[in-house]
Amino acid sequence: MTLNSEKRTVLKAEGIQRILRRMAHEIIENNEGTEQLVLIGIRTRGVPLARRLIAMIKEFEGTEVPLGILDITLYRDDLSTIGEQPVVHKTEIPFDITGKKVILIDDVIYTGRTVRSALDALVDFGRPDKIKLAVLIDRGHRELPIRTDFVGKKVSTSQNELITVFLEETDGEDKVFIEENNY
Amino acid sequence: MSIKRKDFLGLYNTDREEIVSILNTAESMKEIFTRTVKKVPTLRGKTIVNLFFEPSTRTKSSFSLAAKRLSADVMSVSKKMSSVQKGESLLDTAKTMEAMGADVVVVRHGSPGAVEFLAEQLSARVLNAGDGAHAHPTQALLDLYTIKENLGQIEGLKILIVGDITHSRVARSNIWGLNHLGAEVRVVGPNTLLPVEIEKMGVEKYTDLDQALSDVDVINILRIQLERQKSGLFPSINEYIKFYGFHEERLMQVDDEVLIMHPGPMNRGIEIDSEVADGKQSVITEQVTNGVAVRMALLYLLAGGNPEDAEIT
Repeated sequence: MTLNSEKRTVLKAEGIQRILRRMAHEIIENNEGTEQLVLIGIRTRGVPLARRLIAMIKEFEGTEVPLGILDITLYRDDLSTIGEQPVVHKTEIPFDITGKKVILIDDVIYTGRTVRSALDALVDFGRPDKIKLAVLIDRGHRELPIRTDFVGKKVSTSQNELITVFLEETDGEDKVFIEENNY
Repeated sequence: MSIKRKDFLGLYNTDREEIVSILNTAESMKEIFTRTVKKVPTLRGKTIVNLFFEPSTRTKSSFSLAAKRLSADVMSVSKKMSSVQKGESLLDTAKTMEAMGADVVVVRHGSPGAVEFLAEQLSARVLNAGDGAHAHPTQALLDLYTIKENLGQIEGLKILIVGDITHSRVARSNIWGLNHLGAEVRVVGPNTLLPVEIEKMGVEKYTDLDQALSDVDVINILRIQLERQKSGLFPSINEYIKFYGFHEERLMQVDDEVLIMHPGPMNRGIEIDSEVADGKQSVITEQVTNGVAVRMALLYLLAGGNPEDAEIT
């Protein structure tokens, strides 16, 4: 049983929104527009973040870039060690990613294992021109040689802390907070 | 969500929640069929054995393909090509496969209960691919999936199963599954092919096809098992065709939206005519495709994790 305590808020709604607008600008700038650009959100919270970024990119550039949804469950590296099989949700990438500039989106990057799974999954869909990684929160402690391209906010954490992103679409409100993970 | 038991023997001891979880997982698995690379690494390092003591085209190849698309290693043993011909027993054959490291053994056998017997004896997980006239849970699951995919839901639908109910594991498994999900199940056939007290399974029994067809949403046409008809359970094939065969005119009686299903293999011209089998309302080939997705879901939910953590059957 896990007891969580000492909640510390890192970001509130306005902060998240401001960061996402900056990230949308950075993605457009880096890509020199929206040519060949596609956004793929990693389930669960990468998906609403991708949707928001797409809406902002449309606001700034006038083009709506395609959205893909990626579930990485079947690519996890811990399936033989965890007791209960995690629920597999549907992956929906309704376009060919070959030749595209893919921005992979997730809420938090930690060990890098989710991103490793996502990269393995993506190559089964085709051969993108580039894959870049955008995350709202980078909390450090990578266990794999994976780096980010667009970061909302870097947060120093210790490994016994939990960082949680709440989004309006999935959790009813926007906020990012840290909890102490007491065993 | 995993299946909380070592083995998967039938829908009779599977609850509604588990069935829904399998069907939802199957929907996610089906997406893989649309990819450039139709394979995921999920069951790498797992070994799955198909142990088939009865002939099978679709179930066996469907299980093999499902296992391969999940990156498991697959071996297939069939009665004709194995040491069973030299007199090796069912249990010894299965134990041999287990000794080679099988994590899951998929079994088809002509005797009801044979699969359950193996499940008790083996420490590998055992999955029922059809045992005698008893159960064929993956066929029922793919039927449930196909109905849900086409009609959006199962609860409240009227499903008619036509033909030889007595000898049909497909019928029994469908009845268990459909009842769990709140459908209204009817069976129709000559009295000699309807089990006594079939109503106790929670179905309505008919012998008149016209009456049974009133208001149905799905018609599941069973194969007339010609190999089992030598004892004369109905007077002649022609009489069966006349009263229970599905031809175009019979279809005029029902709504255009009614789904036509058949578990295969079909006796074209007997229980189903080609116009019906290949017609607009037929979902028979979809059933085959969905079978792979459903079996992938089941293998994923069953083959992951550690069997020692599973509750006893």
